[in-house]
Amino acid sequence: MAKTKTIKINREFPLYLMLLPAVILALVFSYGPMVGIVMAFQRVLPGKGLFGSPWIGWDNFKYVFQMPNFYQVIWNTVFIAGLKAIAGVIVPVSVALMLNNVTSKLFKRTVQTVVYLPHFLSWIILAGIFVDILSPSDGVVNLLLKAVGMQPIFFLGNDNVFPWTMVATDIWKSFGFGTIVYLAALTDIDPTLYEAATVDGANRWQQTWHITLPGIMGTIIMLTTLSLGNILNAGFDQIFNLYSPLVYRTGDIIDTLVYRTGIANYQYGVATAVGLFKSVVSLLLIGIAYKLAAKFADYRIF
Amino acid sequence: MNPKITKLPPIWNIVNMVVLGTLALVCAFPIMHIFALSLSSATAANSGLVTVFPIDFTLQSYQFVIENPAFVRAFGISLMRVLVGTPISMILTVLVAYPLSRNRGEFRARDFFVWFFLITVLFSGGMIPYYMVIRQTGLIDSFWALVIPGALPVFNVILLVNFFRNIPKELEEAAAMDGATHWDILFRVLLPLSLPILATLTLFVAVGHWNSWFDGLLLMNSPDKYPLQSYLQTVIINPDPRFLSERDLALLQIISNRTTRAAQIFIAMIPILVVYPFLQRYFITGLKMGSVKG
Repeated sequence: MAKTKTIKINREFPLYLMLLPAVILALVFSYGPMVGIVMAFQRVLPGKGLFGSPWIGWDNFKYVFQMPNFYQVIWNTVFIAGLKAIAGVIVPVSVALMLNNVTSKLFKRTVQTVVYLPHFLSWIILAGIFVDILSPSDGVVNLLLKAVGMQPIFFLGNDNVFPWTMVATDIWKSFGFGTIVYLAALTDIDPTLYEAATVDGANRWQQTWHITLPGIMGTIIMLTTLSLGNILNAGFDQIFNLYSPLVYRTGDIIDTLVYRTGIANYQYGVATAVGLFKSVVSLLLIGIAYKLAAKFADYRIF
Repeated sequence: MNPKITKLPPIWNIVNMVVLGTLALVCAFPIMHIFALSLSSATAANSGLVTVFPIDFTLQSYQFVIENPAFVRAFGISLMRVLVGTPISMILTVLVAYPLSRNRGEFRARDFFVWFFLITVLFSGGMIPYYMVIRQTGLIDSFWALVIPGALPVFNVILLVNFFRNIPKELEEAAAMDGATHWDILFRVLLPLSLPILATLTLFVAVGHWNSWFDGLLLMNSPDKYPLQSYLQTVIINPDPRFLSERDLALLQIISNRTTRAAQIFIAMIPILVVYPFLQRYFITGLKMGSVKG
């Protein structure tokens, strides 16, 4: 008995060895910052180290929840992220269904190639592009609007328009990716279903409605449920590079608030508290989302 | 495309193609416009004449950008992080995916480690504690801060684990009968069968490195250590006069700021455009290969 145990451990030893570098990395750079969460309960003094600063209980959280704009920031986050999630299902599913109707292979491939490209460009590059083309004075979009007799729109400077600009530009970047995912799901539909439907006299629309759409419903439900876990992620990379004090009222989100409070204003304790609040709520939502996805779409990650 | 599906009536077919064509144009137009701006003269750009074709064709903006040492240095740092960071990430991904692809009988602690890595995606300490840890480890302002802390892409590990698990067990068992160790099984049996998915993951890690900007901004104190995307953030998105040399300021008077911005944006896109055909080809195969079956 003792001998088989040694053999087993020897057999498993290389597996531990393989994991070792990644485990160290995760301990330092992922679990390490989790220890740093104690700062949320401290008045962080520079140079005092992680446990040298005075403990102040929940004061940082009280301060955060009394900030006049905090609830607005949460609302902005959920509003922008929610709209992105909804549009992020409707647009790619529609485009995938439309592409599925195209008979010309060349046309289909060209469209796919073009709409998929922005997915791989960073928000730095895209922000550079959008700031230029959306400029109210000499941006090409507003020049076009003026040419057809419309008033110029301050896409990035008007706080009533800004959230919608974020949703639109985000869809512009990401719908091609979603389209490809749904197209892949479409190819898995059993072709004999279409044959049977044709024999029964179903027309093109009826086939789409009763075969194609239900065929990708599993994927739609899965991706929608999983996006629930992201409802507090309104897109830091995008908003940080496109917003300005002019649009803080509707455009400031949790992540940008954390950045400004912590990195720009050195309020480490307060910023950590906001970050912790977000992490905990997100974790709960992810848990719920996975439970739902497992229940409705039989989804498992491992 | 499903060949069995009934075709649309011709009129709807045309409507369908017009709508899709318009969408493709909406996607392509901003990129073409920036490219056209970068090749146009300053006066043409400022007078709003440029749409998708360059006006008064000139390479002046590109010349200015390429002769700017700060831009070239940032480009080099980005290239370095791709060349150094991608292999490190891939080695770690492979080394973690193998133990996690074993079943519980073979590796009793498997479930513990699955959760150990999964937790790092589900929960994080947040931006400020992360920054503090990097500072404690002395990586602030070092090139390695761009490469080491984020070196394990857990999502890629999941894809590779699922791929390994779909390789027929008989191959490993036969090798194990011949006395193969875990290292043999990983490097001689599994990896040679995994080349397409490894290519896919490599491309995605490389693109991720090229596109990263926030770590540079957060973790580097001096702008001369910024990778290209962080550098562009400070000169294009959020211009800060501190980072512009006198030479820059003088030259910007001559060359339109707008066309040089366009040129810098376009140069930063070039590496992505070069690998894009491969990205497109491998993406779906990679996605399907790594998905769960049974």
